[in-house]
Amino acid sequence: MLREEELKTFVDGTTRYFEVAAQQPATIGSPYLLEGEPAIQDYTGLISISGKREGVVYFTAPRAMLTVLLMKMQESDFSHESMRDLVGEVANTISGNARRDFGHDFVISVPSVFSGEKPQIPNPPGARAFVIPIHWRSHSAKLVVSLT
Amino acid sequence: MSSAPDTHAGRMVRLLIVDDSNIVRRRIERSQHFDDLEVVGTAANGIEALELARRTDPDLVTMDLTMPQMDGIECITQLVRMKPEVRILVISALADKATAVEAMERGANGFLSKPFTDRQLNEAIAELMY
Repeated sequence: MLREEELKTFVDGTTRYFEVAAQQPATIGSPYLLEGEPAIQDYTGLISISGKREGVVYFTAPRAMLTVLLMKMQESDFSHESMRDLVGEVANTISGNARRDFGHDFVISVPSVFSGEKPQIPNPPGARAFVIPIHWRSHSAKLVVSLT
Repeated sequence: MSSAPDTHAGRMVRLLIVDDSNIVRRRIERSQHFDDLEVVGTAANGIEALELARRTDPDLVTMDLTMPQMDGIECITQLVRMKPEVRILVISALADKATAVEAMERGANGFLSKPFTDRQLNEAIAELMY
């Protein structure tokens, strides 16, 4: 089961992503335990975890935040496909970086991306889901980490 | 970073970019600052990369690892078999040492972790060009 101290890996990964990719730090709120339905925003990039641990890591964000993030990355394509690409890449980068701490047996999938529909998010038995709130400029997104 | 490389006898270095993200592919293409580097193709997975490598004969390849259909590790293995002289820079979110070591053992020449700055990208490319 995911321990609270292990969340630091994902908080640090999220911080690093915004500092480097967006060139503007995000404010990370206090993580909390998810109860009930997942809080899904306009676009969601989901990584399945297997190997030593099982579960999912997903990044969910509003379109307005992703648009500004793309602008900061010097992108000029703000299409639906670019939004989908970006949420997948954010989830992939933060999950992949977690292998620094979780090791080689923390196996990540290619991203699954959801938009405009309610995603079916698997919840393995024994997993606890934590929500990491992300505030960047005037926007808010969430990283959800649910691991055995 | 605009002088012609001695190792390539003044000709353009041919770069193939491999990543399943359009955004990352465009970012690499846009952010590299070398006058003597020519992007000859971009691919979204290992299978496309091998096909493009046959057709475009790249000198340098930037290679993602986590990709659908054929991942980067398998692609590196086949690419090196096909074209042993190619230089491969892995650009991946997989940030553990074991992954970097495995990629190098398969034939990669450099490793850059995502997310990366323009400066880090250009330094990593320069190391393999010159």
